[in-house]
Amino acid sequence: MNSVFVYCEIEGTTVKDVSLELLTKGRKLANTLGVQLECICAGAGLDGIEKQVMKYGVDKVHVFDAPGLFPYTSNPHTSVLVNLFKEEDPQICLMGATVIGRDLGPRVSSALFSGLTADCTELEIDEFDMNCGFDENKKPIVKHFDNKLMQIRPAFGGNIVATIVNPEHRPQMATVREGVMKKEILDENYKGEVVRHDVAKYVPECEYVVKVIDRHVEAAKHNLKGSPIVIDGGFGVGSRENFDMLFELAKELHAEVGASRAAVDAGFADHDRQIGQTGITVRPKLIICCGVSGAIQHIAGMQDSGIIISINNDPNAPINTIADYVINGTVEEVVPKMIKYYKKNSK
Amino acid sequence: MALNIIVLAKQVPDTRNVGPDAMTPEGTINRAALPAVFNPEDLNALEQALRLKDQFPGSTISVVTMGLPKSAEVVRESLYRGADAGYVVTDRCLGGADTLATSYTLSQAIRKIGNFDIILGGRQAIDGDTAQVGPQIAEKLGLTQVTYAEEILSLDEKARKVVIKRHIDGGVETVEAPLPLVVTVNGSAAPCRPRNAKRVMKYKNATAPAERPADKAEAMAALVAEKPYLNITQWGAADIDADLKQVGKAGSPTNVKAVVNIVFKAKESRTMTGSDSDVENLMVELLNEKIIG
Repeated sequence: MNSVFVYCEIEGTTVKDVSLELLTKGRKLANTLGVQLECICAGAGLDGIEKQVMKYGVDKVHVFDAPGLFPYTSNPHTSVLVNLFKEEDPQICLMGATVIGRDLGPRVSSALFSGLTADCTELEIDEFDMNCGFDENKKPIVKHFDNKLMQIRPAFGGNIVATIVNPEHRPQMATVREGVMKKEILDENYKGEVVRHDVAKYVPECEYVVKVIDRHVEAAKHNLKGSPIVIDGGFGVGSRENFDMLFELAKELHAEVGASRAAVDAGFADHDRQIGQTGITVRPKLIICCGVSGAIQHIAGMQDSGIIISINNDPNAPINTIADYVINGTVEEVVPKMIKYYKKNSK
Repeated sequence: MALNIIVLAKQVPDTRNVGPDAMTPEGTINRAALPAVFNPEDLNALEQALRLKDQFPGSTISVVTMGLPKSAEVVRESLYRGADAGYVVTDRCLGGADTLATSYTLSQAIRKIGNFDIILGGRQAIDGDTAQVGPQIAEKLGLTQVTYAEEILSLDEKARKVVIKRHIDGGVETVEAPLPLVVTVNGSAAPCRPRNAKRVMKYKNATAPAERPADKAEAMAALVAEKPYLNITQWGAADIDADLKQVGKAGSPTNVKAVVNIVFKAKESRTMTGSDSDVENLMVELLNEKIIG
């Protein structure tokens, strides 16, 4: 009862990073609230799965192990969560803002009539005063709630940051993208409980309606998320050919190349390199932003970088306001010089 | 065999093209400065519907939208591109809806339409980017769902099954799902075919009652009486038997506590030119401080 729950996404028999990151966040929220952290592992062949998650501070691991639960399909996983939550009545449920989390979360929230906030960039516990109209003396009626989950996300195309609360319904649900939270092992020997549930009690046979005929998953082609140096290209790079210059600089500096949504939409860079609220969040020690104007959705995905260099021929580009170094110039002019002078001075 | 196809479409502010006048001096959103557009991924969904209609002649595509009366524009646009009928769900009491109240309202409208084999919509709308309404409608109608669809590969009418290629994290998968179902379509799916000139001529006077200006309402109603296909069906909450506790603000579990406009706090930054000496000095500094190796 009252716990913080995390839905662990499992590829094969490996819990995904995004879920481990949420366990770390969930542990902190549970500490603030003085409650337990519990997680759900649903899949097939999950013997020993608790070893992957318990060390993040999980007090109870709910294991649902059945052949039909991997690969993921919508209805059986929905049944697991909905029926378990009817028993457990958690106050918070977090899941990754992945394809699976964004397929599952809304279905569960609809079945339980609870609020769900997508793609949160921050989560915290706070009090909330809800305006509930006016009484007969025209005085405002305010309902006060303690210890609610503040779900913070950019909204309206990133022009505003909204704090969303769903105070009157359970669980308070939120999805978070991979890389937004940091995973930290709490204690290698953390002792939690493991509960192996009888899947048939939670998932009626008739829910296995979608068959996965064919499935290809490739490991990521790059390590953008973990790279200590990132070369970040925006629409101002101008073309796919000009992006090659960025790759050349990245090769010299042992960096990875990322891109803004505008650059990806224009076809300059591949979608899997998109940095931002709806892409990857990076925290490198150095990021070199080339022709990036600095839409807030993009900034949300790189603002915690150590040192920010902006190369832009528009001195008023919003990105410049968060940059440590601003180079007024074009990408074509400056990037080759960076390569040249790096080579010259790095020996 | 013919199919009954429903396409969900939304009219959205064009948040992709936000100019400097998008915010008012008071710091609120200047909606007038943002043009209203057909939500891009809903057009991808419409294309998948049109392909099914090509494959199963005699199929009908009904487009459903919820919003202000002017959102009938997306229905008209769909008619120009090959849809057969349109519905606008509009009512004051529907305002302020979050995704759950929206999906309830749309699911009630779909129930009212009744006969359907497949419901298609965009994966998400660009004003909210939540991707929640599709799965929530599926749950409310007791149907399964296939989200992030790239392409409907085949549909077997007799076996009532459809095979769909969909995007997953780090890859693709092909799934077989039973009809009826809800499918949400990705922006990377095939783009929507353009308007058809003959259809533009046919449907350019199609309107929903709330769109008709008072001085022309009578003449337009007469025109619709003569040519019923020019009517875009307009429904309020009562028409779809909506429970008023589940629509609009009242039916929305989520509350917005605070909205903060984005103001960048300027860092203390060093500005330089792109000259050889400036770039060289910077690279030397980064090397000396071991920021690059």
